[in-house]
Amino acid sequence: MTFSPELEARFEKFLAKYPPDRKRSAMIPMLIYAQDEVGSITDELIEEVAKRVGVTPLQVNEVVGFYSMLHKKGMGKYHVQVCTNISCLLVGGAELYDQACHKLGIGHKEVRPDGRISLEEVECIGACSWAPAVQVNYDFYHDVTPEQLDKLLDGLMAGKTPEQIDEVRKVN
Amino acid sequence: MLYNQPNPLEIRILSRRFELPNSQSIETYLATDGYKAFEKALGMSQEEIINEVKASGLRGRGGAGFPTGMKWGFVPRQSPKPKYIMVNADESEPGTCKDRLLIEYDPHQLIEGILIAGLAVGAQQGYVYIRGEYRYLIEIMDRAIDEAYARGYLGDNVLGRGLKFNLATHSGAGAYECGEESALLESFEGKRGNPRIRPPFPAVAGAYQCPTVLNNVETFCSVPPIILQGGAYFAGLGTAKNGGTRLFCLSGHINKPGVYELPMGFNLMRMINEIGGGMRGGKKLKAVIPGGSSCPLLKADECDLAMDFDTLQAAGSMLGSGGVVVMDEETCMVKAALRIMRFYAHESCGWCIPCREGTTWLRKLLQRFHDGMGQRSDIVLIGDLSKNMLGRTFCPLGDAAALPTISIVEKFRDEFEAHLDGKPCPYEHASRLVTA
Repeated sequence: MTFSPELEARFEKFLAKYPPDRKRSAMIPMLIYAQDEVGSITDELIEEVAKRVGVTPLQVNEVVGFYSMLHKKGMGKYHVQVCTNISCLLVGGAELYDQACHKLGIGHKEVRPDGRISLEEVECIGACSWAPAVQVNYDFYHDVTPEQLDKLLDGLMAGKTPEQIDEVRKVN
Repeated sequence: MLYNQPNPLEIRILSRRFELPNSQSIETYLATDGYKAFEKALGMSQEEIINEVKASGLRGRGGAGFPTGMKWGFVPRQSPKPKYIMVNADESEPGTCKDRLLIEYDPHQLIEGILIAGLAVGAQQGYVYIRGEYRYLIEIMDRAIDEAYARGYLGDNVLGRGLKFNLATHSGAGAYECGEESALLESFEGKRGNPRIRPPFPAVAGAYQCPTVLNNVETFCSVPPIILQGGAYFAGLGTAKNGGTRLFCLSGHINKPGVYELPMGFNLMRMINEIGGGMRGGKKLKAVIPGGSSCPLLKADECDLAMDFDTLQAAGSMLGSGGVVVMDEETCMVKAALRIMRFYAHESCGWCIPCREGTTWLRKLLQRFHDGMGQRSDIVLIGDLSKNMLGRTFCPLGDAAALPTISIVEKFRDEFEAHLDGKPCPYEHASRLVTA
């Protein structure tokens, strides 16, 4: 399996972080960064990572099943994550999630037919004091109003990148 | 730009650089006493460093509140094994969003705290385990680490003193359970994040079964001010046995939610009214989660208390991770209990049966109740099931799920009764209005 030179360089850096006989520590960081490039955790990727960290594919597979950010099914290019945990719930997070479901016509961990946008109801993402919060991929949106969510989703559905949607800005 | 306006009542020790331009950079850090505590610590013995931390009254900011100096003292310094410093930046306790800011605005303060811990126990390697969702913080931390290497604060010959200390970030991939120290270590080793049975504790057998100092981000960030200004100074900021300040994360139905640095022992009602700007829309206070969703809830009339570990424990709750979640009179407590339990059922790692089965059944029972199909006997069953989880699991997740639930059933039983006999949730209409 081949990866981009950037990802290969990153893998090399990851493997150098841990003691030489502890390469297995690099497994989860490798999986999550590889998923960003490959699109999902494929069987081929599992075998490749297993080979590189010196474990069996089964040992990688059991790890993949544990972590909520690792997906065997490909998510959209823009993965919209709406938090509905307690702090967000109190200020409208659940309603935002419902709104996103209706607008996008998909549910939890589903992808729109064009493969561009997917949705997930997520647990606490660490933005409780600036709730309700949404993440698109790794970018945070704080104090999200229903109007802002509409604009964000409309923009994404119209083919824009998040950066091209002027009305709604990521905070990080 | 800070995410919320600071409050004049704050005592800004850990957050004092947050508003400086380029606060992430090593130049800003060095221009504001940065790495001076580390240089001072280089002239101290291991005993002196640990004693200073003990004198500060610093207690773990991740939630358990264990005295940090004592924890460091448990590391067997004569051990022939390598020793590790492990930073828990897997912040995921609902209601908590402070470690994000500490890394985002002042990553070098964290590095300096790690370096001092390394000196104190004789460790030469540290890792910062950052939750996968905080990707941008991994990038900030990596840049800060590179800067520290370039300036000689990290590497094989730190500041030319012949000391070795290397530091790296480590990405998680989405698992609340990995915020629990032993599960974090399993995850760090490339495994499922199941907890380990203890003892041995990480101080003796942590990363790769080697002695490991494992603390929360905020705990490490408290160390440079303690070393620079003295343990007594830090202790004096707080209350007896509860030294220093901490970053409280205010959220929920208040006018000015935000993260604020306040002395330990700050009164909770004052926190809501004077820091948080009072209740939103002039509504009445109903309940507060004082330290993240694992803590028993306080009723409005129980909130006039000092926010320190011991006072909260005496009040039957916990100070936890500093996540203060404020709920007004229109909050449905059954719905709150359900949402909290949905979280724990999702995050239970499945290792211990009482937690795995208990959280799932409690989620189902609470869902049924909120849907108006609950029976009177279910109220007792919810309490009993929760109590049967207490103390019967390897890690505290079982307790974390049970404790808030028990408190809600006991303190807000009338709300459960209001959902009986097929009645719709009495708060549904009100909660819609709040978000409209």
